[in-house]
Amino acid sequence: MSTHTMQATTTADDFIVREDHHPENGTLLGFWLYLMSDCLIFAVLFAVFAVLGGNYAAGPAPKDLFELELVAVNTAMLLFSSITYGFAMLEMQRNRIRPTLLWLGVTGLFGLAFLGIELYEFHHLIHIGAGPQRSAFLSAFFTLVGTHGLHVTFGIIWLVTLMVQVGRHGLNTANRRRLNCLSLFWHFLDVIWIGVFTFVYLMGVLR
Amino acid sequence: MTAMQERSTLMQSLFGRLSWDSIPYHEPIIVWTFVGTIVLGMAVLGWITKQRAWGMLWRDWFCSIDHKKIGVMYIVLGLIMLLRGFADAVMMRAQQAMAFGDAMGYLPPHHYDQIFTAHGVIMIFFVAMPFVTGLMNYVVPLQIGARDVAFPFLNNFSFWMTAAGAALVMTSLFIGEFAMTGWLSYPPLSGIDYSPGVGVDYYIWALQIAGVGTLLSGVNLLVTIVKMRAPGMTLMKMPVFAWTSLCTNVLIVAAFPILTAVLALLSLDRYVGTNFFTNDFGGNAMMYVNLIWIWGHPEVYILILPLFGVFSEIVSTFSGKRLFGYSSMVYATVCITILSYIVWLHHFFTMGSGASVNSFFGITTMIISIPTGAKMFNWLFTMYRGKIRFDLPMLWTMGFMLTFVGGGMTGVLLAVPPADFVLHNSLFLIAHFHHVIIGGVVFGTFAGINFWFPKVAGFKLDEFWGKVSFWCWIVGFYLAFMPLYVLGLMGVTRRMSHFSDPDLRIWFLIAAVGAFFVGLGILAFIVQLVVSIRRRHELRDESGDPWNGRTLEWSTSSPPPAYNFAFTPRVHALDAWWDMKTRGYRRPQSDFVPVHIPKNTAAGIVLAGLSVVCGFGLIWHIWWLAAAAFIALVGGAIYHSFNYDRDYHIPADEVSRVEQARTQQLAALQG
Repeated sequence: MSTHTMQATTTADDFIVREDHHPENGTLLGFWLYLMSDCLIFAVLFAVFAVLGGNYAAGPAPKDLFELELVAVNTAMLLFSSITYGFAMLEMQRNRIRPTLLWLGVTGLFGLAFLGIELYEFHHLIHIGAGPQRSAFLSAFFTLVGTHGLHVTFGIIWLVTLMVQVGRHGLNTANRRRLNCLSLFWHFLDVIWIGVFTFVYLMGVLR
Repeated sequence: MTAMQERSTLMQSLFGRLSWDSIPYHEPIIVWTFVGTIVLGMAVLGWITKQRAWGMLWRDWFCSIDHKKIGVMYIVLGLIMLLRGFADAVMMRAQQAMAFGDAMGYLPPHHYDQIFTAHGVIMIFFVAMPFVTGLMNYVVPLQIGARDVAFPFLNNFSFWMTAAGAALVMTSLFIGEFAMTGWLSYPPLSGIDYSPGVGVDYYIWALQIAGVGTLLSGVNLLVTIVKMRAPGMTLMKMPVFAWTSLCTNVLIVAAFPILTAVLALLSLDRYVGTNFFTNDFGGNAMMYVNLIWIWGHPEVYILILPLFGVFSEIVSTFSGKRLFGYSSMVYATVCITILSYIVWLHHFFTMGSGASVNSFFGITTMIISIPTGAKMFNWLFTMYRGKIRFDLPMLWTMGFMLTFVGGGMTGVLLAVPPADFVLHNSLFLIAHFHHVIIGGVVFGTFAGINFWFPKVAGFKLDEFWGKVSFWCWIVGFYLAFMPLYVLGLMGVTRRMSHFSDPDLRIWFLIAAVGAFFVGLGILAFIVQLVVSIRRRHELRDESGDPWNGRTLEWSTSSPPPAYNFAFTPRVHALDAWWDMKTRGYRRPQSDFVPVHIPKNTAAGIVLAGLSVVCGFGLIWHIWWLAAAAFIALVGGAIYHSFNYDRDYHIPADEVSRVEQARTQQLAALQG
């Protein structure tokens, strides 16, 4: 502070910015932070699964329950949906509304297929008496996989909302920003699912 | 008979568990509380109606997305809930002063258990959290030279979600009951087998709803600080309060999701019948205890770090010097932020995780006292050879420094695992955390309120009543909590509604007298507010810089204009405003431009209101109501997203008019 002396030449403009000061990409940073907080929710659920996942309470174990073929198909659905979302974003960069909407629609269909298979699996497990109440392992399994499924469900609701908004207002700045956020969200769910597929299904069948 | 059953099935689906018996009209204490609340509430509502202030309140406050107004609303919420939380404290102190030997006191155990649970929940979530969030909300954007936070609408929504959680806790007082489990609701006690009533459900949904608000405001302030600092304000030129706020919000974003997740698991156990924390089918209750403390320990630093920032600003301002050891202060804050994640197990050394695990967590806990000690020395060295002015903010700060050191030392005692085995769950622990929370968070909040009040309202707070409040709090605090250390060392455990040994009674009587003095302190604070409002013309601050401040918030008028800064400030040094003053800064007089700001909206309060309805439905098992409110909530959020027309420009003429009035005000002050 003492290095600065009173300068006769000091003007108001030394201390202000005349042009508008606009921060860039605040929304993307904010959304990314939200995703990291969501990631922590999944971290808790993975940790709970790691601790309780072996507590079968004399009930069925993963080996008895999981059909890896079905889960593989399901995984493919979600991975494909990420690729098609990527195509939608490429079309958005080219500023083409219809192809963007088309690829978003395909993404939504893959998402629905994923959910359908997951619901079928849940229904089957509950039907044979392996519901979430049966053991701590099944509680942790249903909650982890179900929370991911719930995220996909909200992702689809959001996707449909955005398709309507893009249809109405075109690819304006706000809609591009929103599509970017949903893109982060969608790929994030993919990453989580790879964790679920590896730690819950593959390693579950091994144990 | 069948008709009766059919009707009851219908009633069941319509009202769930809710019936006339849910209203505790057979408990005179609650009835009289209810009557008192209604009378007081009607008086306030009537007064607002008489002033014809509803329209103004709705438009300019409830729907406002101005960070300054939202900050004020957080503080007001905290003050209101402080009265409730303190009433709980007085009831506990009175019960424990009476109930010895044959005397059972005036509170039945099930009521007493609700009171200590509500006291803890309210004081942490709905008093301390609103206080710190309110201070950060008001001050941070001004300090970093921003016009608002990054997401102004989200800010309004966050506030109303916090208020919605508070509303649910207040509802539990008159409809049903609150949890009887202690403030962290450990299972299996909080499981459906041992707590079949609605109390734990009130607890869960109040915290979940308020938690959404806290998390979003954390994200919001984080982006604000990272992205919206004025040009030239590098991280190491940022005011210390902004730094501690940054670290606090990192902690919020990284800790609150864990609370959300663990409460969700508890609700699954209660609603769906899963076995996460049950005694059988492979559940593990200690998993809950671990997880909730992985949130809970960072939470105590979420509360204290912003106040460390407040004290830093106050010490340097009132010592007339720049803060001693600015960069060590920043590094100490960052160290505490990181360390706060690797100490959680010290809350349950008695779990029995073995000597090596306990040693690890004992040592990490003790290490935290090093950066905290560094801060204490920095404050002392800032005061050393300073020209100290003993105004109210400085008094509270010095009260904090003396008190907090003591509380910190008993914390280090508790960090020693063998000592903790003796002191665990005793009143020694209660004394310790009140020592640091009252000495740190409460004193810091009062310091901050006294410091920034002139900025918010345009006039200073009354000095005399402020001093009365300060001394009552100091005396009251020591009288109320030092006896608890003694009792704790004698092995007296917490959460007891009755004692058989009459020799202990004298200590509880002293503590009750202490609570009385704290009550006087709160009363004196209210008097201070009223007196100050009446004397506002004498206490007026025209300069905008009543304390000869150092940071950018003092460069604006008091109160600041809606847009904060007509032009974004350019920062050259730490203590930017001090730098501007010493280098002869002159305010710009002309060439004002339109200012771009967001519009007010009712979406936040409406969505938060729907969350309350949804929570109420879930608590009472009124499934149709919960489902309808949830669908409305999602639908409302989608509907809100269809509104693209969210901001407007304050015309240059208007900016110019406000700025010229300010120039004239300053000229009149000098002439």
